[in-house]
Amino acid sequence: MWVYEKKLQYPVRVSTCNPMLAKYLVEQYGGADGELSAALRYLNQRYTIPDKVIGLLTDIGTEEFAHLEMIATMVFKLTKDATPEQMKAAGLDAHYVNHDNALYYENAGGVPWTATYIQAKGDPIADLYEDIAAEEKARATYQWIINMSDDTDLNDSLRFLREREIIHSQRFREAVEILKGEKEKKKFF
Amino acid sequence: MSTPEKSYYPYYSPYDPCKPIKVKTYSTPPNLYLGFQPPNLPQFSPKEALRAGTLWKPLYDPYYSPYEKAKEGR
Repeated sequence: MWVYEKKLQYPVRVSTCNPMLAKYLVEQYGGADGELSAALRYLNQRYTIPDKVIGLLTDIGTEEFAHLEMIATMVFKLTKDATPEQMKAAGLDAHYVNHDNALYYENAGGVPWTATYIQAKGDPIADLYEDIAAEEKARATYQWIINMSDDTDLNDSLRFLREREIIHSQRFREAVEILKGEKEKKKFF
Repeated sequence: MSTPEKSYYPYYSPYDPCKPIKVKTYSTPPNLYLGFQPPNLPQFSPKEALRAGTLWKPLYDPYYSPYEKAKEGR
């Protein structure tokens, strides 16, 4: 069960009318290494992972939904008042034809989200290594979006999200350390 | 302390069509070096932590676009 707080994890402010940025940001919405993929991956893997790290997957998977909501807010703000003409200029004409100004789970190239983006191998080490890789890929995606964007307010929120990817990667790495730990052996120094 | 960025110098040809990028950089954030987080690391104040995205100072690694930096002459 979840408890919902009707606020964003970090404020989202957009200072320029630039629907083109929405096109890039959608990569983190419905892309392979996006927040939706992350949330669904972790919340699904947690059923078949050792007890010690279930809570970690629950916590991080939940936070990914908070990030998804931030990305959605950014995309919405950037496109809500865009005219068909502006959508076209931003390269979102194909999106507009199918969805008007609605959000949709697709990547920056317009490919709809698919469950093949995520894996649940049932092997704890394999799954956690995938999760670490996913966090690093999402971190890199945020860097490339920041490089493409000159909206300083938006970049501030994106920097926050990138920092969270670093922390998540750190915690998944620690989870691996817990699971591979030789607990019977005493360490002597 | 680790450095948050590394660089290398890729080969470029005098016949390359675009202006060569002589130095390539990539991020190496602190989580790559920390291992299992040791106890009692320095912390941000709660207010600072909410802005930074982490409570832990050694794990804070803000990213700025190199193109933005170049424009501001940093």
